Amino acid sequence: MQAKKRYLTLFSAGACLILLFCFGGIQVPLSRGASRRDDRSLAGYRPGARWRHFPGSLQPFSPREQDDHNEHISPRQKRDANLGVYGGKRCRMESCFDFSMCKKNGFKVYVYPQQKGEKMSESYQNILSSIEGSMFYTPDPGQACLFVLSLDTLDRDQLSPQYVHNLKVKVQSLHLWNGGKNHIIFNLYSGTWPDYTEDLGFDIGLAMLAKASISTENFRPGFDVSIPLFSKEHPRTGGERGYLKHNTIPPYRKYMLVFKGKRYLTGIGSDTRNALYHVHNSEDVVLLTTCKHGKDWQKHKDARCDKDNAEYDKYDYREMLYNSTFCLVPRGRRLGSFRFLEALQAACVPVMLSNGWELPFSEIIDWNTAAVIGDERLLLQIPSTVRSIHQDKILSLRHQTQFLWEAYFNSVEKIVLTTLEIIQDRVLQHTSRSNLMWNSLPGGLFTLPQYSTYLGDFPFYYAKLGVKPYTKFTAIVHVVSPLVSQSQPVMKLLVAVAKSQYCAQVIVLWNCDKPLPAKHRWPVTSVPVIVIEGESKVISSRFLPYDTIPTDAVLSLDEDTVLSTTEVDFAFTVWLSFPDRIVGYPARSHFWDGNKERWGYTSKWTNDYSMVLTGAAIYHKYYHYLYTTYLPASLKGMVDQMSNCEDILMNFLVSSVSKLPPIKVTQKKQYKEPMMGQSARASRWADPDHFAQRQTCMNKFASWFGTMPLVHSQMRLDPVLFKDQVSILRKKYRDIERL
Amino acid sequence: MYASGKYSSRGPALIPRMKTKHRIYYITLFSVVLLGLIATGMFQFWPHSIESAADWTLDKRSVHDAPLVHLPVSSPIPERGDLSCRMHTCFDVYRCGYNPKNKIKVYIYPLQKFVDELGVPISSTGLSREYNDLLSAISDSDFYTDDVTRACLFIPSTDVLNQNSLRIRETAQALAMLPRWDKGMNHLLFNMLPGGPPDYNTALDVPRDRALLAGGGFSTWTYRQGYDVSIPVYSPLSADVELPERQPGPRRYFILSSQTAIHREYRAELERLKEENGEALLLLDKCSNLSQGAASARKRCCKGQVYDYPHILQESSFCVVLRGARLGQAALSDVLQAGCVPVILADSYILPFSEVLDWKRASVVIPEEKLSEMYTILKNIPHRQVEEMQRQARWFWEAYFSSMKAIGLTTLQIINDRIYPYAARTYEQWNNPPVVKWSSVNSPLFLPLIPPRAPGFTAVVLTYDRVESLFRVITEISKVPSLAKLLVVWNNQNKSPPEGEKKFKCPECTAIDGLSLDQTHMVERSECINKFASVFGTMPLKVVEHRADPVLYKDDFPEKLKSFPNIGSL
Repeated sequence: MQAKKRYLTLFSAGACLILLFCFGGIQVPLSRGASRRDDRSLAGYRPGARWRHFPGSLQPFSPREQDDHNEHISPRQKRDANLGVYGGKRCRMESCFDFSMCKKNGFKVYVYPQQKGEKMSESYQNILSSIEGSMFYTPDPGQACLFVLSLDTLDRDQLSPQYVHNLKVKVQSLHLWNGGKNHIIFNLYSGTWPDYTEDLGFDIGLAMLAKASISTENFRPGFDVSIPLFSKEHPRTGGERGYLKHNTIPPYRKYMLVFKGKRYLTGIGSDTRNALYHVHNSEDVVLLTTCKHGKDWQKHKDARCDKDNAEYDKYDYREMLYNSTFCLVPRGRRLGSFRFLEALQAACVPVMLSNGWELPFSEIIDWNTAAVIGDERLLLQIPSTVRSIHQDKILSLRHQTQFLWEAYFNSVEKIVLTTLEIIQDRVLQHTSRSNLMWNSLPGGLFTLPQYSTYLGDFPFYYAKLGVKPYTKFTAIVHVVSPLVSQSQPVMKLLVAVAKSQYCAQVIVLWNCDKPLPAKHRWPVTSVPVIVIEGESKVISSRFLPYDTIPTDAVLSLDEDTVLSTTEVDFAFTVWLSFPDRIVGYPARSHFWDGNKERWGYTSKWTNDYSMVLTGAAIYHKYYHYLYTTYLPASLKGMVDQMSNCEDILMNFLVSSVSKLPPIKVTQKKQYKEPMMGQSARASRWADPDHFAQRQTCMNKFASWFGTMPLVHSQMRLDPVLFKDQVSILRKKYRDIERL
Repeated sequence: MYASGKYSSRGPALIPRMKTKHRIYYITLFSVVLLGLIATGMFQFWPHSIESAADWTLDKRSVHDAPLVHLPVSSPIPERGDLSCRMHTCFDVYRCGYNPKNKIKVYIYPLQKFVDELGVPISSTGLSREYNDLLSAISDSDFYTDDVTRACLFIPSTDVLNQNSLRIRETAQALAMLPRWDKGMNHLLFNMLPGGPPDYNTALDVPRDRALLAGGGFSTWTYRQGYDVSIPVYSPLSADVELPERQPGPRRYFILSSQTAIHREYRAELERLKEENGEALLLLDKCSNLSQGAASARKRCCKGQVYDYPHILQESSFCVVLRGARLGQAALSDVLQAGCVPVILADSYILPFSEVLDWKRASVVIPEEKLSEMYTILKNIPHRQVEEMQRQARWFWEAYFSSMKAIGLTTLQIINDRIYPYAARTYEQWNNPPVVKWSSVNSPLFLPLIPPRAPGFTAVVLTYDRVESLFRVITEISKVPSLAKLLVVWNNQNKSPPEGEKKFKCPECTAIDGLSLDQTHMVERSECINKFASVFGTMPLKVVEHRADPVLYKDDFPEKLKSFPNIGSL
């Protein structure tokens, strides 16, 4: 019993101990539990708690009836008030630009006459002559919408020899200055050591700036234009092609990231370049700096200079440039640097390290598609960032550098025209380019929104939009000889073309001096035949963008062209696959004549061709518009005067847009009726001068384009079963084989 | 703690003096207590039961329980907001760190109720339904973190969507009291209705230091490009009304004006346009006979005839969105939802999400001054473009306007794209509706490059075990001058490939067996095509009727002058 008692006591004691432990131990979780319960009821009120949706009905943020403000000042007054308030640094088109000056004559640009004794840099001369040669130029200030100074404002660094003194007074004395309204001022350099301000040293008033190295802080969005920094040697026209000739897959080049340039030991913009050595690994990331610049560099040199300088001399800049996947573009004293354009040309994807630089043409160019926008504060992350970029992305970045370089940067003319087109887009507003027009081939300078604002009306965006061209064409027959008999080739041609299942309409362009024949003399066809009497009877009128062309495709024909319905059908089905190119029958070629140092033209049967003549060719209607508006009057005038070369000019134009050769279809070589003694047209071809003229044309055109845009092709397209040894009945285009 | 201490001092002293009767009583009592304690412990550590308990209390959670915070009068006020702020000057990028996922982390402050010293709240509405939805959507997204130390972007829970319901000075003080405020660095405020009478400023008037502003109704003078985000003004009709998507095409009316608060000057101009162009225009206004309220927001009237709003928007090709006292209009959202092309007349207005959206493909922007020319301008737009715009408008609404969630997450994505620009979403990703994404082609290799001949080509020959046929192919192909390299892929695990360095001659080669003529082979290949097409979701192959031949192919021309003389002589 005693033992039992003892056990019981022990058990009780044990139980009590457990109890104690339990109480003591549980006390803590209990209290924690209690506070947790508080937390739960306060979820969303305590830091560290997850935000959760509050149940129940809450008030909406706005009453349904919003601002009723008929009492307030009239919107017109409000607009006028803006004019006074937002000037200077806060200028916008709405407040500092007079749109009414552009209403009457459209977007025309006037250049002040050059004053005697004023010195002018070559770069500025190039800018002015690019404007004067453009379609925007007007010599009449009364018609102008935009004014450009003849005073050289490019270099506003007081220490520079190019610096123009007394600009303030000179500008104020211009009688058209008008406080700078509707003026644009071009500038590459502003400010000087040590602070490099962005002030031009004279009052620009209400004028817009087209400025290099402009900072986001000073940039007035939608008003100023950021332009790239370009060197004295930058060509006026033509311009260097992009370096990329073929794709390499995988896309990596010898170096991953390179830079070679000056290092500023102290002062503005020195931080980033001083830190580059941290990232340099002398293997695939090669970032080289030199202290050797300026007169007294030895005085300021630091401990690293000698080592850096030695490393710097080991590498060749151009070798690195063309053999690197990425090129670092750090800011210099100013935000922009020459490295930027150099990298673009070299297909070396720029890695920007220039905080606060408003990138060139940022208003229209989506730079994320062609460059890596880095942050100077994150320099040390740059190598891992560029290494993380996927191969696909590198390829597309690289392609985009090439596209942008050739579309907007490779000549002074392109830079100037892009600047003007940006401003024109603002002025015309509802007929302006969309982002896609600026950022994809062939670029904004070739995509004129005055033609259409709908992307699908151009030959360039079908694939991007996932749409197809309209599956009909309009034939335009250029007629220069009178209608004398019903057996004339033009009659047969009209009948053959109109029979095509894809033909929507035939237009006869009557460029003959004789009066129009009576209606009944034209053949009867199932599609409408419209006769247009040429007003000036010039040959360029065959490329006018007639409103009566309802289709995307145009079949251009000479009056003596011989073409069967099958041939027309086949050519059109081929064109549907290549809507941005000329597709047709008569192929010609160009060549470089080394002896005469000029371009030559040949109609011989050769293994390749670079032109398809518009006597029998299909192309997109948009090229009519480009021919008429984009090409200068000088070239069109020359063509009209000679009544020759219009077909060559069209080939130049299309190839400069598409960067591709035209497409010859089928074996057919002869596309004219061989016997045509009496017609004017035939005599034109028989003329020995005719051929010589065409040689001259080639060279005139090449000099205006600044380069030879024609591209050779060794391929012609035939129907799939062409000349194959299968039954003729299985062939869809069997007539094509019966020559 | 106190109670347990008492037990521990008394307990042991009691036990020895106990009688048997009491003993049983105590043991029973202890056992009951013990069992109870174990049960409590079990309950305590059972994770599932905790969840259910949490849910139970959650439903009782309410905004009214938010902790009250008193603002001293002298509490600091932030600076007005620096117009020159940009990401590289006013945003601390180090907080976002190097992030392999290229995704910013966003923290939301817990809800607090701020009142001044007299106990008057800083906001007349407190947390609005929309801001609650917005914050909840963000907290459910990949951007969200509840760890304040890992966050790169901070969002106050103080609702500033509508400035009219705010006390400006006190709201600013409340913001400055946030624990991580730090001059507003990396803080993001959402505001849809800025300004107030009579001036109606175009950005939130609450002083906010360096905080980013996602604002509806920015003008070019208040918008800090690349720093602020322009957002839409959310329309409550988005949630209340369902408008089915309509096929793009011509509509009953050409131009429709449905806003009720149009300035009389503009209304007069619209009336004039209506006189000139008649039935093509429909001008609607408030219904005078209906009382104010929710019902009247859904009706519009014209000459006594009543129309349902926003359904009537679907009956027009173009819908006018005129500025009111504010630049941003909720009507824009309704118009887009209806698939009507907005005609925006609001000078200097920064369109919603204009940093990434190409509005030229979805809207027509006309200067207010040119209102009288509106009809002519719109008539000149090609039909096909109008259809594309209708589709695009509807897509913008669905993707970026339709809910507070869409608006909030788009804003964060835009900021994310700035911080990780090399991983930013592309123009196509932002702007192409799904139907275009499927049908369009976007290759990274888009440049028309005509490669030089010099590097030649690499031949890749796949082989199983027909060595003779392989040798024949190799012999033929190695005659080609531009062949740079020949790669044979030996696709047979049971045999090892023949020794290399062979002279490729094959006199005993027989004709290729008729594998490709085999019927079952063809059937199999047809099955493949069907399988592939179903996986691709579409048939990507295109049919053409042409093939490429050399320029002088089959021409009556000396063969030796041809570049490719032997083609076709198989």
